[in-house]
Amino acid sequence: MGETPTFFNEMDGNGERPRAPYARYGDWFAGEPPERLRRKAREAETFFRRTGITFNVYGSEAADERLIPFDIVPRIISAKEWSRLTRGIEQRVRAINAFLNDIYHRQEIIRAGRLPAELIENNDAFLPKMIGVTPPGNIYTHIVGVDLVRTSENEFFVLEDNARTPSGVSYMLENRETMLQMFPELFTKIRVRPVSDYPKMLRRSLAACAPPACTGRPVVAVLTPGIHNSAYYEHAFLADQMGAELVEGHDLRVVDGRIAMRTTLGYTPIDVLYRRVDDDYLDPLNFRPDSYLGVPGILDIYRAGGITIANAPGTGIADDKAIYSYMPDIVQFYTGEKPILKNVPTWRCSEPSSLAYVLEHLSELVVKEVHGSGGYGMLVGPAASKKEIEAFRAKLASKPGNYIAQPTLALSTVPILTRAGLSPRHVDLRPFVLVSPDGIEITPGGLTRVALKKGSLVVNSSQGGGTKDTWVLED
Amino acid sequence: MLGKTAGGLFWMYRYLERAENTARLADAGFRIALTRSDHAEDEWASIIDTASARAAFAAVDGKFDGPSVINFLLRDPQNPSSVISVTEAARNNARLVRTALTREVWEAVNETWITLKDTLARPVRETDLPDVLGMIRKQSALVRGATVGTMLRNDIYNFARIGTFIERADNIARILDVKYYVLLPSVQLVGSTLDNVQWETILRSASAERSFRWLHGGETRPLTIADFLILDRRMPRSLLYCMRKIAGNLGYLCSDYGVRRPSLDFVLGLRDELEELDIDQVMERGLHEFLTYFINCNNVLAGHVEQDFRFNN
Repeated sequence: MGETPTFFNEMDGNGERPRAPYARYGDWFAGEPPERLRRKAREAETFFRRTGITFNVYGSEAADERLIPFDIVPRIISAKEWSRLTRGIEQRVRAINAFLNDIYHRQEIIRAGRLPAELIENNDAFLPKMIGVTPPGNIYTHIVGVDLVRTSENEFFVLEDNARTPSGVSYMLENRETMLQMFPELFTKIRVRPVSDYPKMLRRSLAACAPPACTGRPVVAVLTPGIHNSAYYEHAFLADQMGAELVEGHDLRVVDGRIAMRTTLGYTPIDVLYRRVDDDYLDPLNFRPDSYLGVPGILDIYRAGGITIANAPGTGIADDKAIYSYMPDIVQFYTGEKPILKNVPTWRCSEPSSLAYVLEHLSELVVKEVHGSGGYGMLVGPAASKKEIEAFRAKLASKPGNYIAQPTLALSTVPILTRAGLSPRHVDLRPFVLVSPDGIEITPGGLTRVALKKGSLVVNSSQGGGTKDTWVLED
Repeated sequence: MLGKTAGGLFWMYRYLERAENTARLADAGFRIALTRSDHAEDEWASIIDTASARAAFAAVDGKFDGPSVINFLLRDPQNPSSVISVTEAARNNARLVRTALTREVWEAVNETWITLKDTLARPVRETDLPDVLGMIRKQSALVRGATVGTMLRNDIYNFARIGTFIERADNIARILDVKYYVLLPSVQLVGSTLDNVQWETILRSASAERSFRWLHGGETRPLTIADFLILDRRMPRSLLYCMRKIAGNLGYLCSDYGVRRPSLDFVLGLRDELEELDIDQVMERGLHEFLTYFINCNNVLAGHVEQDFRFNN
């Protein structure tokens, strides 16, 4: 394995033998004929294709459906590692919700001088229409995906908080299902904490936030932009698993102060809408007038307590990349505790001294657009050509406020199965967090994304990333 | 259930039914061409007419010969009713209504699409045609088996069945209408070999040649064929059978929902009308006139269903 030892290998810790969490798996793996494993890997692909677990790629010629490659070597986390992570995630998510409530009410954090006011005022992700609105149950982010990376035995960093509409949970569930079908024997040998409760927990969390107008058993629906959306499979999957209706904007309208869906027997009110449509497109009367994906007037119904929208409109202000650098302060401010999870050191290019530093060190840094996502519009300095760096330098200099920069982290690796055997690849981890008035629930594990290209640090599925099943071991 | 979902199911099953019928039509055409090479061009033209695809076929400059027609019917993406087009449409509808389908049904539809897309990516050679058609039949059976075997008998199932039988009735009526002149009573007097081949084609297009033989032995008479495909209650592709099925499914639907809708009244009227007819009366009205009337009624029925259960608004 021609891997430089600077990257922490989670399976063998860069040593001869598997680390403790991988010990049993390592034994099993050593006893498996490589040909059988390769056959299993091909079977997995057929399984995914037949099940239709695909995503649509934006901007590709035929708008075709692709599989996210799945690697059969699991990513394994020990009970102890997980319990530390969950404490950190829980703390962070509590802080995010408190922050959102504060930002849309008294803005104490600004009054206290811990966050510059212009960072909020001039931020597109801040929705003035949410000022003074308290969502049902005072929950803003019902579903959060916290992206973590690991750099050594004991060091984890939060790469970003996804507080809008994090995706990928269907892959977490289907990856496990696939592993269970392919290697049932592994799960009798190794005790792995199950993830299959997620849809039930999601439904419960959403129902617990029913709006004041709800009278009976809460009616939950999933709002999708439609079958051409890249994550449509997931929207359908979650609706199906929760026993909720999967609706599009044109199925909905305002009826008697409620948002109602057109059924075969007429219009029926919805209590909780798990929307997978961005804020901008949610309500053509209140936001982008050209949107066909939303429901005219839904924001007014929401403010009047006629429906719960999950996540709440305006939560993007909490996962904005410019806000990110203040997260340690935010956690401390609202919880009164020291942050358990670390932030990646971040240069805000809006600040002249930081900008000067970043411009000088472009070849070492990762530079991201403040509002970008999906791995688009970013520069990975060490992997970029001179030409790419110069092109980026020009963009950066013309709109510095649009960018932040971070050091290139030495992301940990987990091996994938290649034709030549195991070979380490960089990974990240997105645990899925559910928030309701009854508390915070974190499904053990989450989605491990893996950069399939050797040496690559970009794990996004739109950029050639794959996924792995993620195991959290029982104690 | 969402109105959109009901509509999606209805269309998904219409498209699946159409795929199967179109494949059968290609099969019938292929056989007739094997037996009667001298009149092949006319026969291929009438196959195109039966598929209601004259204009679409002209638009692609199609020639009335075996390879052109078969490829047009099976795999031309320009033809909105080609097997590949309707299979893709069925699968898109299945994605749309994914939450209403069992995993088995969804996977069967998805697999059908994957398999056909691969098989029909290249022109179908004559030697491969029987295999390709067999595969399409097999995939249809797979979807139908998954539907019947795994779906709950609720509104979802009813909309699926209503779509299936409306499409089937339409397709059968069209098959008959294109060849109505060989089924007229006057033809009986002649009964040439040519007519025999035509009759065989009609039965084959409706997948009815075996069941017809069981019931009527070797005696192939046009009036009996017309009676069999229009009014027989045991024949699962006859017009009356389809109307009885739709009446049943709309009946279940309305009683489940506790409502009465115009579509139910309409189909009951149409069914009763067919129940009371005998084939001589049909011929008296004029076979072509009767079929035109029926196709029209069937369309009106589809429109009622769409409105009654709010597929679109």
